[in-house]
Amino acid sequence: MGQKEENGESNKKFLTPEQEDNDVEMEQKVKKYLRGEVANLETLQDKKLKGQLAVREELYGKSAKAAAKIEKWLMPSEGGYLEAEGIEKTWRIKQEAIAQEVDILSSRNQYDIVLPDFGPYTVDFTSSGRYMAAAGRKGHIAIMDMKNISIIRELQVRETVRDVVFLHNELFFAAAQKKYPYIYNRDGTELHCLKEHGAVLKLQFLKNHFLLASVNKSGQLHFQDITTGEMIGNFRAKYGCSDAMKVNPFNNVVAVGHSRGKVSMWRPTSAKPLVEMLCHQGPVTALAFHSNGHLMATAGMERKIKLWDLRKFGEVQTLPFHAKTLDFSQKGLLAAATGSFVQVFGDLSDSQSYSRYMSHSIVKGYQIGKVLFRPYEDVLGIGHSSGWSSILIPGSGEPNFDTWVANPFETSKQRREKEVHSLLDKLPPETIMLNPTKIGTVRSTRNKEKPTKQETEAEMEAAVAAARNISFKNKTKGRSKPSKKAKKKQEAIAKAKRPFLDQERKGVELSKKRKQSTEETELPKSLQRFAKKKATA
Amino acid sequence: MRVKVISRSTDEFTRERSQDLQRVFRNFDPNLRTQEKAVEYVRALNAAKLEKIFAKPFVGAMDGHKDSIKCMAKNPNYLKGIFSGSCDGDIRLWDLANRRTACQFSGHQGVVTGLTVSTDGCVLVSCGQDCTVRLWRIPVATVTESDDGSDNSAASLAVYVGKNAFGAIDHQWDGNLFATAGAQVDIWDHSRSQPVSSFEWGEITIRSVRFNPGEPNLLATSASDRSIAIYDLRTSSPARKIIMQTKTNSIAWNPMEPMNFTAANEDCNCYSFDARKLDEAKYVHQDHVNAVMDIDYSPTGREFVTGSYDRTVRIFQYNGGHSREIYHTKRMQRVFCVKFSCDASYVISGSDDTNLRLWKAKASEQLGVLLPREKKKHEYLEAVKNRYKHLPEVKRIVRHRHLPKPVYTAARERRGKIEKAAETEENRRAHSAPGSIPRIPLRKRKIIKEVE
Repeated sequence: MGQKEENGESNKKFLTPEQEDNDVEMEQKVKKYLRGEVANLETLQDKKLKGQLAVREELYGKSAKAAAKIEKWLMPSEGGYLEAEGIEKTWRIKQEAIAQEVDILSSRNQYDIVLPDFGPYTVDFTSSGRYMAAAGRKGHIAIMDMKNISIIRELQVRETVRDVVFLHNELFFAAAQKKYPYIYNRDGTELHCLKEHGAVLKLQFLKNHFLLASVNKSGQLHFQDITTGEMIGNFRAKYGCSDAMKVNPFNNVVAVGHSRGKVSMWRPTSAKPLVEMLCHQGPVTALAFHSNGHLMATAGMERKIKLWDLRKFGEVQTLPFHAKTLDFSQKGLLAAATGSFVQVFGDLSDSQSYSRYMSHSIVKGYQIGKVLFRPYEDVLGIGHSSGWSSILIPGSGEPNFDTWVANPFETSKQRREKEVHSLLDKLPPETIMLNPTKIGTVRSTRNKEKPTKQETEAEMEAAVAAARNISFKNKTKGRSKPSKKAKKKQEAIAKAKRPFLDQERKGVELSKKRKQSTEETELPKSLQRFAKKKATA
Repeated sequence: MRVKVISRSTDEFTRERSQDLQRVFRNFDPNLRTQEKAVEYVRALNAAKLEKIFAKPFVGAMDGHKDSIKCMAKNPNYLKGIFSGSCDGDIRLWDLANRRTACQFSGHQGVVTGLTVSTDGCVLVSCGQDCTVRLWRIPVATVTESDDGSDNSAASLAVYVGKNAFGAIDHQWDGNLFATAGAQVDIWDHSRSQPVSSFEWGEITIRSVRFNPGEPNLLATSASDRSIAIYDLRTSSPARKIIMQTKTNSIAWNPMEPMNFTAANEDCNCYSFDARKLDEAKYVHQDHVNAVMDIDYSPTGREFVTGSYDRTVRIFQYNGGHSREIYHTKRMQRVFCVKFSCDASYVISGSDDTNLRLWKAKASEQLGVLLPREKKKHEYLEAVKNRYKHLPEVKRIVRHRHLPKPVYTAARERRGKIEKAAETEENRRAHSAPGSIPRIPLRKRKIIKEVE
């Protein structure tokens, strides 16, 4: 009996920490789905509003909990991982070793395509990761279906191709060619020539806004709406030429890295950059954004990768690596490449510090031009000087896709429907801002606090000093006599002082009035009418 | 080394047979949906615009009467039918689905001033200025629906003659009694030719009478002495009475909260009262620019419709200070009677131009049977619109209504007058002894006194 009881107790003890752990895990998940803090209703005066908001908040809490539960129990697939055993190190594990361990379907994702004739290749994936576009510098463009690894279309444009991007789906893509960027459809038919963009170095597509962003050789930034053809923005980024450009997926702000070490962030509706950061001593070679939008990685010529927290625009970490190209995966792995060597960094201990996770070398002599993670797969695409390769990076991709967001198994009917829906939900370019969660909120009407007396005095002194330093033109006919000049100066000083003095006088009057009214109310009613007279007398 | 990579076999994620539905997988991770707030806002904006595009509330006009329509009654047992009575003594039963006259009841000599239907839906009671109350048997639905084209007409079951002209009539919700209003309030039984009882309160004309839907023995009347009175049939005298600044034309009880009623007043406003507490209105509903002639509650009790002398029909929330919707046409003249249909989805108005007009209660609602997906979509759009209704652009589009010019100018003038009066009062208050001019809320201002 005693033993049984003991057993029961030990069972309980065994269960409770697990449950607690579960609770902590669930809480974190719920927090993710709550999308921000719960509003503080205690401070509200309006009872009706308070009631309504309380109902709302409860609803939000419930739906967040439901979503967290779904994430915990109902997701069809689990994420990949790579764990070292014993003295193994994850970054020493070769692709060949991984290929032996994984299933055939996945091992098909390791391959090298060698096309040495058409020079450095660049690659791009559709948002679902199903299709890939590869473009060689010498004019070879290929569209591939990655599900069954087959070529859909190949074309030779007989011109330099610097970059290629897919537009909203796999039917259209844009290629930055020698003089202008062009838009092609899947069959390789040229649809548009975008002459206004000029000789474009980098292209990016903002799929929520249907904007094609480009930066050309002279540092000109263009934003073109591809649904209407309207040029939304055309700005000159004058901090040195730049061929590093990336869209922040969180807020769709376009970041450009410049040759003088600056990174500037742009939106299509303002001619001045939203942010200018001096990130490196030398030229910025590459940029990448984490999918949560808070982390930016920049690589400079001085052989450093820097990670930046975009909420405080401060540096988080510096990694010693000379990267020519950078990319963040959906799960937050950072791939960097130089020469023929690829290094993948991972945030392994969840402490915002990236360290080596995996590495890979391709054939010596190949120069890597671009690395890009394939969405929803544990695959890294590498475009290099003689073709492109693909390697497995376990744990890089999001294991569960959402059919309504990006579907790797999309049928043509679903694609058509999605195209219509995404056009209906097309965002106006004004919605691109640093903090997109501000949309839909109301600006607080809190009055600006009154400046203190010292502040106003300092301001007045500054204004007076500025007035004193004004130099007057030399004029003829006795208008520049010293006496006149002195008088003019006096006038200017008086003019600068006036608004401050007026304000001060107003404040004094107001306080006098207040004082009087308090005096009045202190008196008995019959005597109140004499209070004013006394004050004036 | 332990390793696993994502590997999806096509079979698992696609349908097996072409007859199957496509498989749908969800992942609610916020990181996958970037800019979701902006997307929602755009959807709300588009929904608001679509609502405006689809706002075609006018379903159709029903003509047939030779004179202006004075009163209407809905049959609580039959959704498609509505009765209307006109100034030339003609009473018609309309088939709303086909928008044609189903049956005519002829007999009244002068203006038909009131119509009501018994709760079982068998007997129609009408009263007129010819001092008669007439009872009619309502034909069975199948008879009226037969499309033979011949004029259906019915003869009256009974004719009861009173002393004075009648102004209004209403049937008890749960019982066999009905009340007429004229020089006094008379309570009648179906089978008796003389009133069962009558109530008098001075030399006044009663303008409207309405039974309480919850308590069968309670009724409210409004009279020409600017009063609203509540009667209890079990006692011999009126229970409570208030005198207002202007006359009340019509009264409607809230069917879901039967202690509350709303009075349509001559001064362009409607006042919602709690019958237990008449010294203060619960809500003042203002927007009309001329006398409100008739009022009727939706069966849901959440909103009511009013018809006004300014040639418009408005729909108000039961607790809203301003109207949710305004309906008008170029041809619609002064509206004397309005009714909400028994399924709360239509509004019927009868006006001076001898036409009955059928409106949708929600101007942009999609009629007909909705597929579940359509229904879901409508609900979603409604929800996002509601969520972003405070943003200026959405608000502007949702609030915008085209007004006829006379109504627009009258509203502006009225607003100016009200502002001016408020300013004057504020000035007067500033120049008189503190506290000598109290601030009276609009809810109390129009009530002169309460009489027990």
